Amino acid sequence: METSSVIQVKKLNLYYGKFQALKDVNMEIGKQEVTALIGPSGCGKSTFLRTLNRLNDLIDSVQIEGDVSIDGNNIYDKSCDVVALRKKVGMVFQKPNPFPKTIYENVAYGPRVHGVKERKKLNAIVEKSLREAALWEEVKDDLSRSALRLSGGQQQRLCIARVLAVGPDVVLMDEPTSALDPIATQKIEDLIRELKEKFTIVIVTHNMQQAARVSDSTAFFLNGEVLEMGQTEIMFTRPLDQRTEDYITGKFG
Amino acid sequence: MLIPSLALWGVLEESSAVEFCLREPYPALFPHVLKQKGGLFLNRKLETAIAYFFTLNGAFVIFILVGIFALLLSSSFAAWQDVGFISFLTDRVWNPSGFVASHFGIFTKIVGTLMVTAGAMLFAVPLGIATAAYLAEVASSWEREIVKPVIELLAAVPSVVLGFFGIVVFSPLLARIFNLPNGLNALNGSILLGLMSLPTIISIAEDALTAVPKEYKEASLALGATRWQTLSRVIIPAAGSGVTAAIMLGIGRSLGETMTVIMATGNALQFPSDFFSSVRTMTATIAIELGEVPADTTHYYSLFAIGFVLFSMTFLVSLLADIFLHRAGEVKKL
Ligand SMILES: Nc1ncnc2c1ncn2[C@@H]1O[C@H](COP(=O)(O)OP(=O)(O)OP(=O)(O)O)[C@@H](O)[C@H]1O
Ligand SMILES: [Mg+2]
Repeated sequence: METSSVIQVKKLNLYYGKFQALKDVNMEIGKQEVTALIGPSGCGKSTFLRTLNRLNDLIDSVQIEGDVSIDGNNIYDKSCDVVALRKKVGMVFQKPNPFPKTIYENVAYGPRVHGVKERKKLNAIVEKSLREAALWEEVKDDLSRSALRLSGGQQQRLCIARVLAVGPDVVLMDEPTSALDPIATQKIEDLIRELKEKFTIVIVTHNMQQAARVSDSTAFFLNGEVLEMGQTEIMFTRPLDQRTEDYITGKFG
Repeated sequence: MLIPSLALWGVLEESSAVEFCLREPYPALFPHVLKQKGGLFLNRKLETAIAYFFTLNGAFVIFILVGIFALLLSSSFAAWQDVGFISFLTDRVWNPSGFVASHFGIFTKIVGTLMVTAGAMLFAVPLGIATAAYLAEVASSWEREIVKPVIELLAAVPSVVLGFFGIVVFSPLLARIFNLPNGLNALNGSILLGLMSLPTIISIAEDALTAVPKEYKEASLALGATRWQTLSRVIIPAAGSGVTAAIMLGIGRSLGETMTVIMATGNALQFPSDFFSSVRTMTATIAIELGEVPADTTHYYSLFAIGFVLFSMTFLVSLLADIFLHRAGEVKKL
């Protein structure tokens, strides 16, 4: 199971002003694995996820210490190109957030901002990404429909297609199914299992069954610390820490 | 001068005031507000009385508006009977007391009005949207705290003061730069009108831009788009209706403005050849001539007819703005 890791996080501390949201986080994330981040609300899962594509840079008060390396490069180094980083590390959000544009324009947006102009190329990317996101069959008849007309589950798969269209290595997902019904959730979970063949996936989830179903490794966060991390099977059957067990079995959280 | 501005005010206020005043006593007409009701219970009679009071206020506004409209229209008909509607609109010559024959054509004035407005929008729209984008997306909070009051201050400058500014500052400046005998021309008027409509454009466009859900912005940045790409390809298009409404209201502001253009444009009656020509706008014509015209003459009625045409233009523009603002409200929900 031990593959080469793409992401190494060392001694990561993050502050929102004076409040410390992440405390001394260390983590290795394996290539083409699904890593689940679990933990009670407010423990810093989203915050951690957003350090991996530097989306926390948008918040003025944030201060970050420590080291996050992706493919061997520290992404908080001064020389790091944030645009290139975000191209490599895509993100799917909790609430489906397609742009108020057509389906086609949503998927083509990423390639376009990265300089793809040729119509043929764009068409190919759009189709490939929609197929990868298991949405093609449902939308192929009319790509010029507004994305906002799609159902919530379709919108979320569109958002995944939009991310895949820029050709990432890593896909971050912050509770991607929490706004969806069970059937749409099922579809996204199937999709995650397929995507893992090509991509490294980090997923935040509040749903223990989901973590158990889709992930290879799991990290349990509590109050900004990673309390325990390991293979999902082991974490869910023989957790080391009592608090992990209590959380997984639903005694708190 | 009073008439068009009052009319414009009436148009702007009308839709919201009317809806508010009608839905209080007649909630059945507005089923969507019923759900939000409840909470505050007053004595039933008092409540009814208050409801009627508001209805009365609303009715009053409508009454004024209809009154203005009726007055303008009936007087306009008198003018058109003498002059003919088509030639009133298309004749280039305005010569109310011609020795041989009088001419009451407002085409030159329509062109003058449209010219100064178009010129104003040519620089106020890009500048206004850029400023709004800067305020909504780029400025830090302390920068915003300095810039916003300055813009509000600009809105508070009385138009006559701005006109004064046009005469003593812009006029000599334009004359020097473009080598003209004087700088009282369409360009001068455009600059001043542009300055006057900037605050309107900026504040409405900024509202529209800030109302764009931040999820769009995050999605775009997370895809590796730059801030500029995010602004130009996602945020501004998403705020499209609101930004269009801002432009419409800016246009409405320019069309109806009177004092500044009287002071800054030179008011010549000739058909303008370019932006360095002196022009006389529709508003300026009414303001200058209405005080001296004998009542019940064709000239007198023609001035009302100018007011009517102007009113129709501002009404149309405000209506469009209103439609776009409503549409903007619908896009927002994510
Ligand atoms: N922009 C911010 N400014 C200040 N504090 C913040 C900010 N965002 C998050 N926090 C705080 O940081 C802590 C971690 O928040 P975070 O959103 O990462 O939690 P989470 O584990 O994702 O929770 P949830 O499961 O509810 O999504 C919380 O205490 C939160 O209040
Ligand atoms: Mg979260």
